[in-house]
Amino acid sequence: MSLTINQRTAGDVCILDLSGKITIGAGSVQLRDTVRKLIDGNNKKILLNVGDVSYVDSSGIGELVNSFTNTNKAGGVLKLLNLTKKIQDLLAITKLLTVFETFTSEEEALNSFNK
Amino acid sequence: MEQNPSTIALTINSSFKFTELVASVTDNITQIVGFGEEEAHWISLSVRESVINAIKHGNKLDSNKAVDVTFLISEESITISVRDYGEGFDPSHIPDPLDPTNLLNPSGRGIFYMRTFMDEVDFSSHPQGGTIVKMLKKRVISETTE
Repeated sequence: MSLTINQRTAGDVCILDLSGKITIGAGSVQLRDTVRKLIDGNNKKILLNVGDVSYVDSSGIGELVNSFTNTNKAGGVLKLLNLTKKIQDLLAITKLLTVFETFTSEEEALNSFNK
Repeated sequence: MEQNPSTIALTINSSFKFTELVASVTDNITQIVGFGEEEAHWISLSVRESVINAIKHGNKLDSNKAVDVTFLISEESITISVRDYGEGFDPSHIPDPLDPTNLLNPSGRGIFYMRTFMDEVDFSSHPQGGTIVKMLKKRVISETTE
Protein backbone atom coordinates (compact mmCIF):
# COMPACT_ATOMS: atom_id res chain seq x y z
CA MET A 1 0.00 0.00 0.00
CA SER A 2 1.41 3.42 -0.91
CA LEU A 3 0.72 6.66 0.92
CA THR A 4 -2.74 8.18 1.27
CA ILE A 5 -2.90 11.85 2.25
CA ASN A 6 -6.11 13.45 3.50
CA GLN A 7 -6.04 17.19 3.90
CA ARG A 8 -8.18 19.17 6.34
CA THR A 9 -7.97 22.48 8.16
CA ALA A 10 -8.51 23.59 11.73
CA GLY A 11 -8.50 27.39 11.89
CA ASP A 12 -5.35 28.49 10.09
CA VAL A 13 -3.59 25.12 10.57
CA CYS A 14 -3.48 22.68 7.69
CA ILE A 15 -3.55 19.07 8.87
CA LEU A 16 -2.34 16.23 6.66
CA ASP A 17 -3.55 12.80 7.80
CA LEU A 18 -1.05 10.32 6.37
CA SER A 19 -1.67 6.59 6.09
CA GLY A 20 0.40 3.88 4.43
CA LYS A 21 4.11 3.90 3.65
CA ILE A 22 6.62 6.70 3.30
CA THR A 23 9.46 4.97 1.45
CA ILE A 24 11.64 5.58 -1.57
CA GLY A 25 9.33 3.55 -3.78
CA ALA A 26 6.05 4.86 -2.43
CA GLY A 27 5.02 7.97 -0.62
CA SER A 28 8.08 10.16 -0.28
CA VAL A 29 7.51 12.07 -3.53
CA GLN A 30 3.79 12.33 -2.79
CA LEU A 31 4.49 13.89 0.60
CA ARG A 32 7.04 16.30 -0.90
CA ASP A 33 4.58 17.47 -3.58
CA THR A 34 1.71 17.92 -1.11
CA VAL A 35 3.78 19.99 1.33
CA ARG A 36 5.22 22.00 -1.57
CA LYS A 37 1.69 22.87 -2.76
CA LEU A 38 0.70 23.97 0.74
CA ILE A 39 3.76 26.21 1.02
CA ASP A 40 3.11 27.65 -2.46
CA GLY A 41 -0.48 28.31 -1.37
CA ASN A 42 0.88 30.36 1.55
CA ASN A 43 -0.09 27.85 4.24
CA LYS A 44 2.33 28.64 7.05
CA LYS A 45 1.14 26.19 9.69
CA ILE A 46 1.31 22.51 8.83
CA LEU A 47 0.61 19.52 11.08
CA LEU A 48 1.53 16.05 9.82
CA ASN A 49 -0.52 13.31 11.47
CA VAL A 50 1.61 10.17 11.04
CA GLY A 51 -0.40 7.91 13.37
CA ASP A 52 -1.51 5.63 10.53
CA VAL A 53 1.85 5.44 8.77
CA SER A 54 2.72 1.76 8.72
CA TYR A 55 6.28 1.91 7.41
CA VAL A 56 9.02 4.52 7.05
CA ASP A 57 12.55 4.01 5.72
CA SER A 58 15.49 6.43 5.67
CA SER A 59 14.08 8.11 2.55
CA GLY A 60 10.79 8.67 4.39
CA ILE A 61 12.62 10.18 7.35
CA GLY A 62 14.56 12.32 4.86
CA GLU A 63 11.28 13.48 3.38
CA LEU A 64 9.95 14.52 6.80
CA VAL A 65 13.18 16.53 7.27
CA ASN A 66 12.79 18.02 3.78
CA SER A 67 9.20 19.04 4.51
CA PHE A 68 10.32 20.60 7.79
CA THR A 69 13.17 22.64 6.28
CA ASN A 70 11.17 23.73 3.21
CA THR A 71 8.34 24.96 5.44
CA ASN A 72 10.83 26.80 7.69
CA LYS A 73 12.52 28.42 4.69
CA ALA A 74 9.12 29.73 3.58
CA GLY A 75 8.59 31.27 7.02
CA GLY A 76 6.22 28.56 8.19
CA VAL A 77 6.12 25.90 10.89
CA LEU A 78 5.69 22.14 10.47
CA LYS A 79 4.98 19.85 13.43
CA LEU A 80 4.33 16.13 13.86
CA LEU A 81 1.33 14.45 15.48
CA ASN A 82 0.86 10.86 16.73
CA LEU A 83 4.31 9.37 16.16
CA THR A 84 4.26 5.59 16.02
CA LYS A 85 6.82 3.78 18.18
CA LYS A 86 8.91 2.91 15.11
CA ILE A 87 8.92 6.44 13.68
CA GLN A 88 9.82 7.74 17.14
CA ASP A 89 12.74 5.26 17.30
CA LEU A 90 14.02 6.27 13.85
CA LEU A 91 13.83 9.97 14.75
CA ALA A 92 15.36 9.46 18.20
CA ILE A 93 18.47 7.55 17.11
CA THR A 94 19.29 10.18 14.50
CA LYS A 95 18.70 12.99 17.03
CA LEU A 96 15.78 14.34 15.00
CA LEU A 97 13.47 14.42 18.01
CA THR A 98 15.53 17.47 19.02
CA VAL A 99 14.51 19.11 15.73
CA PHE A 100 10.81 18.29 15.37
CA GLU A 101 8.10 19.47 17.71
CA THR A 102 5.89 16.41 18.31
CA PHE A 103 2.49 15.88 19.92
CA THR A 104 0.25 13.03 20.99
CA SER A 105 -2.87 15.23 21.20
CA GLU A 106 -4.26 17.10 18.21
CA GLU A 107 -5.77 19.75 20.46
CA GLU A 108 -2.41 20.47 22.09
CA ALA A 109 -0.71 20.51 18.71
CA LEU A 110 -3.23 23.02 17.33
CA ASN A 111 -2.97 25.24 20.41
CA SER A 112 0.85 25.24 20.12
CA PHE A 113 0.68 26.98 16.74
CA ASN A 114 -0.95 30.03 18.32
CA LYS A 115 1.37 30.45 21.29
CA MET B 1 14.99 -24.52 12.81
CA GLU B 2 17.05 -27.18 11.10
CA GLN B 3 20.57 -27.74 12.40
CA ASN B 4 22.29 -27.16 9.03
CA PRO B 5 22.48 -23.60 7.70
CA SER B 6 20.22 -22.85 4.74
CA THR B 7 20.92 -20.45 1.93
CA ILE B 8 18.30 -18.50 0.00
CA ALA B 9 19.39 -16.31 -2.89
CA LEU B 10 17.57 -13.93 -5.17
CA THR B 11 18.65 -11.51 -7.86
CA ILE B 12 16.74 -8.38 -8.84
CA ASN B 13 17.25 -5.68 -11.43
CA SER B 14 18.06 -2.19 -10.19
CA SER B 15 14.52 -0.91 -9.74
CA PHE B 16 13.07 0.37 -6.46
CA LYS B 17 9.85 -1.55 -7.09
CA PHE B 18 11.75 -4.75 -6.26
CA THR B 19 12.71 -3.54 -2.76
CA GLU B 20 9.17 -4.52 -1.65
CA LEU B 21 9.76 -8.04 -2.93
CA VAL B 22 13.09 -8.35 -1.11
CA ALA B 23 11.47 -6.94 2.05
CA SER B 24 8.65 -9.53 1.80
CA VAL B 25 11.15 -12.38 1.44
CA THR B 26 13.09 -11.00 4.42
CA ASP B 27 9.89 -10.86 6.50
CA ASN B 28 9.12 -14.49 5.64
CA ILE B 29 12.62 -15.64 6.52
CA THR B 30 12.79 -13.79 9.86
CA GLN B 31 9.43 -15.33 10.73
CA ILE B 32 10.74 -18.82 9.93
CA VAL B 33 13.93 -18.19 11.94
CA GLY B 34 11.83 -17.00 14.87
CA PHE B 35 12.74 -13.37 15.34
CA GLY B 36 10.29 -11.23 17.28
CA GLU B 37 8.11 -8.66 15.48
CA GLU B 38 10.28 -5.68 16.40
CA GLU B 39 13.62 -7.31 15.51
CA ALA B 40 12.12 -8.62 12.26
CA HIS B 41 10.98 -5.10 11.36
CA TRP B 42 14.46 -3.63 11.85
CA ILE B 43 16.16 -6.49 9.96
CA SER B 44 13.76 -5.89 7.07
CA LEU B 45 14.47 -2.15 7.18
CA SER B 46 18.24 -2.80 7.13
CA VAL B 47 17.92 -5.11 4.12
CA ARG B 48 15.72 -2.57 2.36
CA GLU B 49 18.28 0.20 3.04
CA SER B 50 21.16 -1.89 1.70
CA VAL B 51 19.22 -2.83 -1.45
CA ILE B 52 18.30 0.84 -2.03
CA ASN B 53 21.97 1.81 -1.62
CA ALA B 54 23.02 -0.94 -4.05
CA ILE B 55 20.51 0.32 -6.66
CA LYS B 56 21.10 4.03 -6.14
CA HIS B 57 24.76 4.45 -5.18
CA GLY B 58 26.22 1.12 -6.39
CA ASN B 59 24.52 0.50 -9.71
CA LYS B 60 23.69 4.21 -10.23
CA LEU B 61 20.06 3.35 -11.13
CA ASP B 62 21.18 1.31 -14.16
CA SER B 63 18.27 -1.15 -14.49
CA ASN B 64 20.46 -3.51 -16.51
CA LYS B 65 22.69 -4.08 -13.49
CA ALA B 66 21.69 -6.71 -10.94
CA VAL B 67 21.56 -6.72 -7.17
CA ASP B 68 22.22 -10.11 -5.56
CA VAL B 69 20.70 -10.76 -2.15
CA THR B 70 21.71 -13.87 -0.22
CA PHE B 71 20.32 -15.02 3.11
CA LEU B 72 22.32 -17.48 5.20
CA ILE B 73 20.10 -18.84 7.93
CA SER B 74 21.32 -20.78 10.93
CA GLU B 75 19.82 -21.58 14.28
CA GLU B 76 21.78 -18.78 15.93
CA SER B 77 21.68 -16.00 13.37
CA ILE B 78 20.80 -14.65 9.97
CA THR B 79 23.43 -13.22 7.62
CA ILE B 80 22.32 -11.16 4.63
CA SER B 81 24.71 -10.25 1.81
CA VAL B 82 23.78 -7.61 -0.74
CA ARG B 83 26.00 -7.22 -3.78
CA ASP B 84 25.89 -4.54 -6.47
CA TYR B 85 27.81 -4.33 -9.73
CA GLY B 86 28.92 -0.70 -9.51
CA GLU B 87 32.23 1.09 -9.14
CA GLY B 88 32.49 0.53 -5.39
CA PHE B 89 32.65 3.14 -2.65
CA ASP B 90 34.44 3.92 0.58
CA PRO B 91 32.02 3.70 3.53
CA SER B 92 34.45 5.67 5.72
CA HIS B 93 33.66 8.76 3.62
CA ILE B 94 29.98 8.80 4.57
CA PRO B 95 29.15 11.94 6.60
CA ASP B 96 28.08 11.35 10.20
CA PRO B 97 24.29 11.94 10.27
CA LEU B 98 24.53 12.86 13.98
CA ASP B 99 26.92 15.74 13.33
CA PRO B 100 24.91 18.92 14.04
CA THR B 101 25.81 20.27 10.60
CA ASN B 102 24.31 17.16 8.95
CA LEU B 103 21.21 16.82 11.13
CA LEU B 104 18.90 18.42 8.56
CA ASN B 105 20.34 16.63 5.53
CA PRO B 106 17.50 14.89 3.68
CA SER B 107 19.69 11.83 3.03
CA GLY B 108 22.60 9.90 4.54
CA ARG B 109 20.90 7.88 7.29
CA GLY B 110 20.51 4.46 5.63
CA ILE B 111 23.88 2.97 6.61
CA PHE B 112 23.60 4.48 10.08
CA TYR B 113 20.27 2.66 10.56
CA MET B 114 21.81 -0.60 9.26
CA ARG B 115 24.67 -0.32 11.75
CA THR B 116 22.26 0.52 14.55
CA PHE B 117 19.85 -2.37 14.03
CA MET B 118 22.19 -5.18 12.93
CA ASP B 119 24.88 -6.80 15.10
CA GLU B 120 27.56 -6.67 12.39
CA VAL B 121 27.76 -4.72 9.12
CA ASP B 122 30.78 -5.12 6.84
CA PHE B 123 31.54 -3.60 3.45
CA SER B 124 33.94 -5.22 1.01
CA SER B 125 34.82 -5.08 -2.66
CA HIS B 126 34.01 -8.07 -4.84
CA PRO B 127 37.05 -9.31 -6.83
CA GLN B 128 34.99 -9.05 -10.05
CA GLY B 129 33.72 -5.58 -9.18
CA GLY B 130 30.97 -4.07 -7.09
CA THR B 131 30.42 -3.79 -3.37
CA ILE B 132 29.21 -6.46 -0.96
CA VAL B 133 27.43 -5.49 2.24
CA LYS B 134 27.28 -8.30 4.77
CA MET B 135 24.94 -7.89 7.73
CA LEU B 136 24.52 -10.30 10.63
CA LYS B 137 21.81 -10.45 13.26
CA LYS B 138 22.05 -12.91 16.12
CA ARG B 139 18.94 -14.58 17.41
CA VAL B 140 18.42 -14.36 21.13
CA ILE B 141 17.32 -17.88 22.08
CA SER B 142 15.33 -17.89 25.28
CA GLU B 143 15.32 -21.09 27.32
CA THR B 144 11.54 -21.19 27.44
CA THR B 145 11.25 -21.57 23.68
CA GLU B 146 13.63 -24.52 23.47
